[in-house]
Amino acid sequence: MSRGILVFIEQRDGQLRRASLEALSEARRQADKAAEPVVALLAGESVKGLVPGIAKCRPDKVLVVDNHSFTKYSTEGYADALTAAIKKEDPRYVLSANTSMARDLIPRVAARLDSPCVSDVSELRERNGALQAVHPMYSGKALGVFEFSAPLAFMTLRSNCFPLIEAKEGHPAQVEDLAVTPENVRAWVVETHTAAGQKVELSEAAIIVSGGRGIKGPENWLMLQQLCDVLGAALGASRAVVDAGWIDHQHQVGQTGKTVSPQLYIACGISGAIQHLAGMSSSKVIVAINNNPEAPIFKHCTYGVVGDVFQVVPKLTEECRKLLAE
Amino acid sequence: MLVKITLRTVLEVTLVKIAVCVKSVPDTETKIRIAADNVNIERSDVRFIISPYDEFAIEEALKLKEKHGGEITAFSIGGDEVVEVLRDTLARGVDNAVHIKDAEFDNLDTLSTAKLLAAAIASGGFDAVFCGQQGVGGDNNQVPSMLAELLNLPQATAVVKLEIEGSKFKAEREIEGAHEIVEGSLPALISAQKGLNEPRYPSIKGVMAARRKEIAVKDAAALGVAGQFAADKRKVRCVELTLPPPRPQGKMIEGEPEEQAKTLAKLLREEAKVI
Repeated sequence: MSRGILVFIEQRDGQLRRASLEALSEARRQADKAAEPVVALLAGESVKGLVPGIAKCRPDKVLVVDNHSFTKYSTEGYADALTAAIKKEDPRYVLSANTSMARDLIPRVAARLDSPCVSDVSELRERNGALQAVHPMYSGKALGVFEFSAPLAFMTLRSNCFPLIEAKEGHPAQVEDLAVTPENVRAWVVETHTAAGQKVELSEAAIIVSGGRGIKGPENWLMLQQLCDVLGAALGASRAVVDAGWIDHQHQVGQTGKTVSPQLYIACGISGAIQHLAGMSSSKVIVAINNNPEAPIFKHCTYGVVGDVFQVVPKLTEECRKLLAE
Repeated sequence: MLVKITLRTVLEVTLVKIAVCVKSVPDTETKIRIAADNVNIERSDVRFIISPYDEFAIEEALKLKEKHGGEITAFSIGGDEVVEVLRDTLARGVDNAVHIKDAEFDNLDTLSTAKLLAAAIASGGFDAVFCGQQGVGGDNNQVPSMLAELLNLPQATAVVKLEIEGSKFKAEREIEGAHEIVEGSLPALISAQKGLNEPRYPSIKGVMAARRKEIAVKDAAALGVAGQFAADKRKVRCVELTLPPPRPQGKMIEGEPEEQAKTLAKLLREEAKVI
């Protein structure tokens, strides 16, 4: 009866993605309900050292595709690896984190296997022995519940929505090599440039400090960056300041930017346009700091501070530094 | 003089044939209401716009055409709301528009959308297919990769910079905390991320000319797919659409900045337990 769940584990330059481990953890929880197996797929070159880190989330098996064709990412090469793993394991569901690699790769494989896909899933529900996927639409202004009628279905899971299983590092029941030789790769990654400045990735950050027009100019990002550094937070921005050229689009939160769900979102000098609210309203705790008491953001926050960001933010940084040092 | 121009044309210009997929979506300012069927949004009073990412796709196609010469065809699936969007693409300089329209095509899932676009595009002999990285609203980010697979093309998605030389492309993609450079061969599918270019507005002259242009309409029969996309053939469907639960009333923190900062830090630590 049980066909199980296959989880694509993303690594880049030998680093596992936390979001992939969240997806693997959720696969474990869902599979346990139906007593089904969980298989993790890891692809790359010389990546076997990552297996103990994957084993923390208790997959039954880790499939490893390890050869020089997978040193750098290519859509077609990785699609061949994932397809081979699916053909071997015959799972009911394929899960992955909703990352830029997954958005590129997963739908391609879904189409290859003539199977449906729901992306950016924020919740999984079990109904009559099958999974329903909840997908935020209209940048989170609505939630769609999706049901599959297919023997195989793909889902990519949103970061920070599924708790991590952190058992002790160890060895999964089985580690198996899977030989894959990609045959028709017509586009591939040749180099990667790490973006300057951003130390924590926005869509995966537990805490985000965001700035809008109220910070008055790009020279004042430093003030927000200092708060980020103290909290280990990522730096976000409203569309207005991205369009004004104060910061790179990578930092934009909201429609035409990133939709985020951190534990804590601190909005500094952001009035709260509907497109921005849509991108961050599923954050657990929202702090709004703005000098305009009428700003719409105050209707959506957990804690509101009516005040001058240039006075409040540096003091908040100082207070947090003190608290965290205790 | 004439001869010189002709020679230049022969030597430097390669004609390109480009397909652009566009989607008509609710304006991003729209306040979403759920329709009576509980699976759709209420469409009355909603203004439809071209999906913002598709504007970058169109602009990139226009830039390529300006450089190499050639022809651009826009494809869009949907009801009457699509016509304005296709006129908009024509007004910007797109040459042909194809409206894919049939009662069977209501509420298509992503895989069906990709299959239908592939059916319309496959025989066109295109050098490049451009899409926005996602349709705003559905927020799926799936159709470009699915379409690339179905058309058997290499792909680069979420592209913020693109160079094309001869039969090669070099694309810069936005990924988590980095940009990566993808090189590949044409024909290829490219999906556009914000930052790729600055989309132009249609000129008045363009708008006037677009009014007179014909939009080709293709239904299921014309595409040879009659019955294939009927509702009962879909492999995934939305069973419920809801509004997110409202957030509880927030707490306002009063006082001088110093006090506010102190109270806030304490609340985040002790009450919300998030730092």
